[in-house]
Amino acid sequence: MVDQTADAPQEQVEHLTDSEATVRYLTEKFPDVVKADEREGFEGVVIDRDHLLEVAQVIRDELGYDYLSSATAVDYLGISDHLEMVYHAYRTTGGSALNFKAQTPRENAELPSLIDVWPGVDFQEREAWDLFGIRFDGHPNLKRILMWEGFHGHPMRKDWHEAYYEQDTKPYDSRWPGGDVLRTEELNVFGKNVSYPADIDLSRLNDESEDALYSGLGLGVDIQELDEGSELKTDRLVVNLGPHHPSTHGVFRMIVTLNGETVETLEPVMGYLHRNHEKIGERNTFLHNMPFTDRLDYICSMSNNHGYALAVEQLLSRGARYQPPTYRAEVIRVLMVELTRIVNHYWAIGFLLNDLGAFFTPALYLIAEREKILDFFEATAGSRMMCNYMRFGGVFKDIPERIHSVANLMNDQVRDFNTMQYLDELINERIPRSIEELDQYLTENEIIKARTQGVGYLPPEMAVAYSAAGPLLRASGVPYDVRRADPYSIYDELDFDVAVRYNGDIYDRYLLRIDEMRESARILQQILPRLERTMGEPIFAGNKQHTPRVPVGEAYGRVENPKGELGYYVVSEGDEKGPQNPWRYHVRAPSFINLTVLGQMCKGHKVADVVAILGSIDIVLGETDR
Amino acid sequence: MSELNLRELHNTEFPVPNDLQSNVAITSLSKIYNWSRRSSMWPLLFGLACCAIEMIATAASRYDLSRFGMEVLRGSPRQSDLMIVSGTVTKKMVVPIVRLYNQMPEPKYVLAMGACASGGGPFKEGYNVVSGIDKYVPVDVYVPGCPPTPQALLFGLIALQKKIDGQSLANFDDVPWYGVGPSEAVPVPVLGPDIIDPRQMELIRRAAEAAVEGQPIGKREAPKRQEAAAPAKQAAVAKTADSADGEAVAADGDIDPKKARLMKKREEMLARKRAREAAKKAQG
Amino acid sequence: MAEGGFGYGLGILKGMGVTFKHFVNTYAADIGYLLNMYSDRPGSGTKFETRQGLKARGMYTVEYPDEKLAVPERFRFVPFLIVEDYDHEERPGHDWCTSCGICAKVCPPQCIWIVRGTNPETGRPKPEPEAFFIDIDICMNCGYCAEFCPFDAIKMDHDYELASYDRTTNHIFDKQKLSKEFRYWRTIAPTTAVEEMEARGGWEHTDVIKARKKAEKAGGKAAAKSKPKAAPKAEVKPAADAAPAAPAPVAEAPVPEDDPNIDPKKARLMKKRAEMLARKEARKKNK
Ligand code: SF4
Ligand code: SF4
Ligand code: SF4
Repeated sequence: MVDQTADAPQEQVEHLTDSEATVRYLTEKFPDVVKADEREGFEGVVIDRDHLLEVAQVIRDELGYDYLSSATAVDYLGISDHLEMVYHAYRTTGGSALNFKAQTPRENAELPSLIDVWPGVDFQEREAWDLFGIRFDGHPNLKRILMWEGFHGHPMRKDWHEAYYEQDTKPYDSRWPGGDVLRTEELNVFGKNVSYPADIDLSRLNDESEDALYSGLGLGVDIQELDEGSELKTDRLVVNLGPHHPSTHGVFRMIVTLNGETVETLEPVMGYLHRNHEKIGERNTFLHNMPFTDRLDYICSMSNNHGYALAVEQLLSRGARYQPPTYRAEVIRVLMVELTRIVNHYWAIGFLLNDLGAFFTPALYLIAEREKILDFFEATAGSRMMCNYMRFGGVFKDIPERIHSVANLMNDQVRDFNTMQYLDELINERIPRSIEELDQYLTENEIIKARTQGVGYLPPEMAVAYSAAGPLLRASGVPYDVRRADPYSIYDELDFDVAVRYNGDIYDRYLLRIDEMRESARILQQILPRLERTMGEPIFAGNKQHTPRVPVGEAYGRVENPKGELGYYVVSEGDEKGPQNPWRYHVRAPSFINLTVLGQMCKGHKVADVVAILGSIDIVLGETDR
Repeated sequence: MSELNLRELHNTEFPVPNDLQSNVAITSLSKIYNWSRRSSMWPLLFGLACCAIEMIATAASRYDLSRFGMEVLRGSPRQSDLMIVSGTVTKKMVVPIVRLYNQMPEPKYVLAMGACASGGGPFKEGYNVVSGIDKYVPVDVYVPGCPPTPQALLFGLIALQKKIDGQSLANFDDVPWYGVGPSEAVPVPVLGPDIIDPRQMELIRRAAEAAVEGQPIGKREAPKRQEAAAPAKQAAVAKTADSADGEAVAADGDIDPKKARLMKKREEMLARKRAREAAKKAQG
Repeated sequence: MAEGGFGYGLGILKGMGVTFKHFVNTYAADIGYLLNMYSDRPGSGTKFETRQGLKARGMYTVEYPDEKLAVPERFRFVPFLIVEDYDHEERPGHDWCTSCGICAKVCPPQCIWIVRGTNPETGRPKPEPEAFFIDIDICMNCGYCAEFCPFDAIKMDHDYELASYDRTTNHIFDKQKLSKEFRYWRTIAPTTAVEEMEARGGWEHTDVIKARKKAEKAGGKAAAKSKPKAAPKAEVKPAADAAPAAPAPVAEAPVPEDDPNIDPKKARLMKKRAEMLARKEARKKNK
């Protein structure tokens, strides 16, 4: 399945570095099949669906776009009345993304699956089937991924309305000026968030979602047979881990087929925290989505904010009167994002160790370190976790002069620091020391080495093919980091190295996270003088608006999140389709896509290692399930 | 909480001489029973979403749950007394949650942490989100916030302890688990076309029969507003739009689309009302 | 994998050294702190710094119900509405909110419900909410309402101790429950309050300030003859005479309706103008 991408004919594409050249190349090569996307504000190419597979091969092999970052569907109901699959691919050698699309009618929607070209598209196609009802011809395991088997309808379609549906877009008219308060469940016969199809068959009601799940596993294991076998079978076992399991970092579930203790197949089952982020996001206005992004990867709210701000700013920049964020705003953003990276890696390492059996001591030390950074976040953004700090064109507020809390009747333990001093101490002393201590604490530990070295090996070609991102990709020897490959914000003027390790096992992922924390500390040390220099400069170029005019078009904003590439695909259809609301709001969640390769990584390992391998990917369910 | 404080246990009915107060306590069985129970609540190790991160932070050294005897986070429901529902409850997840709840031995308590677990939270309108865990299992304490800070959670836990303190062994309503037979299990919801609560089967059946033909997704009811207030306010809204006094309406754009929307809404409402009446007739 | 032989186990020992260091540090910090405890006044900030600041070593626990960690000024929990202090001279308990509806629009989960007030006589909207609800079971504490309110009338509260045994009756906060005095905001967020005051141009509500400015202008022009003196700062001139007479002042718009110096027709016009201006201002701010 995995093709060598390294030997793609590089010389042929040497001159085609920018996407325009690529588009020209493709349209010339496939004159009737590939068309440049001419819609206002859109880019890339539209590929005829019958030839999608063929063109995709060319894109990968000839043009060298070896990494498929994101694949998602859009429902253009009422605009051009078709469903569209949007793919973003790019080269692991760097550069911007190639955006190609394929369209299908809404009835009997069907497209060829690209799983043979980029296996990383697996879950994303399943998601498009689940939420939009697009069938993917050739997908070996096309079943629902976020909702359960048997759920009625494909909820992300524009004409599908949830039980609590009120209006297509926010703000709702019922809130003001005649805001009669009620709980939405009062509007439901059942007092719950449910609605059933009219033809609901209540005569044979049992939960079939589990059966469907197991029978659809395609594991080559017949559950029935396992059940019924008269003699005790010890060779093959199907074990269910989760969704309530301490090792799964939330509500994640894995179904593992074991031969003795050895994993034969592993099937991730998710959706237990599917909070309908995207459906809600399309009702929301652009600004409304910002605090919702906090809740994606709830450990790194700052960097989630950043990605979303970048995507919408891309759109805004095409309109008139757009002013990009000021330099100080960029500096503050990078400060926050890099602190978040450290927070995340503290957390990831702490809980990886938990999974390895070092129950809670390392995690506790690291949580204590994390609190120091959270104190700063809380003083600046107002919340420890849900920072909601970035705005389009700047940030919420400048960092305060003092980290200051007030003694009043409720409070005893007050604090009062000079913020710059606090940051200085944090960045120059506390963080580097804690990283060194962590290194000293764990790196040489023989037990850790024995448990992690050589376990969960992920070869680089496979990492690229499966669209792995972030530490998972870089620990396999692929030095791909969006901050360097496709620089945004002020990263191009900062001096840092892309951390990379080559063994591709759990131990290297751990080491890589330590390296990255060191690099982040390095970045932060360069940020400090910039922060001082820009003191007093505005954090907003224009005025802060709550309903900016967002021009029509699409944008894909991506950042290097601590967990990998986080992308936001945002489509604006202009005023008549909802004055301030995105038509499509999609999150390319690194945790979700990194799980695609979990099954491959676990094959052949012991079941106890599965937990450690999962821990080393570092997932957060809020982002996985959205 | 960290050390045994006998003064906590004194029962006022039988005064103990002052100088003996720290050595002797005369207390009621209820009191000592409650005191032991509330000082060794073992929560289920169980995190759902963002709030779980704050729960872990609460358990960590800075806030330290063990001061309340709650540091023993059990992985198994059979060994735990308290379920902290920390995060968004989705329809898919509520099935295991109800199962876990049923597996917990009495006395068991449920704490809904955060806006999501209490009443749906910011994601309430989502199609896969349950509007509060109390739709399925009884909740003892609600802790609002999104997320509640560790101190807010601790406040909630203390509130739970107070609740336990208030229970009396003499009153079987307070301690039903000493009554006859095992406590009744909450029926586990079924994942059909949408989630189905077995307790509502009858209702669903009746609603399905009364469903309007051809109406693809059934059951929505017109607002049950406070009777008197509703028409008046509706009228007020209409008036502001109708009176079309330049300034007032100009603030939010043109009049026409708004008016159209209002009219559409009214129509929708009427349709819903009709549907409801039909449903009522079928019920009655 | 295992190196075996002599070196094996050194890494573990090294790690345990770190654990031991943490252990010792924790106690050392405790003892060191105990020695200095009495020189430390509560509220001075030193306790936080030595125990939980960046220099602190070892682990530390905030003993929550007995001692609480103060939250920073920008901390946000559930929002509250600002009303004029209850002992305010002219408008005690008057809502700062003008029911402009912006907070309800920017609220991401749409958990704010506002009933705009109407003047019973004219049937026209007046800048005052008749009812105001926030469902705290939905509120995501995002702070947008406070950030975008053009009148500084809604702010994020610091009181996080809201746990309750029942949610049906008390988790939809109504206006009464939401309202807190302006001085409360000044105590919990002194710095921010000052910043906002500077932006508004005075400690009073925007409308009051504007009306005062207007009245000053108008007074200087038209009623120069009878106006005794210019309004001193931080005191609303025009309504001052009327306020004591009317205990629950109508004062929705701080334009001198009953000021004898200005004829009623003109007053009404002026009031209208002031309202329009306020709205315009609000719109401008949003843009
Ligand atoms: S209440 Fe807020 S923080 Fe808690 S789970 Fe829900 S969205 Fe996350
Ligand atoms: S934005 Fe401010 S003034 Fe306007 S309705 Fe909300 S609280 Fe009132
Ligand atoms: S804090 Fe956010 S969610 Fe809560 S009421 Fe204000 S705007 Fe709405």
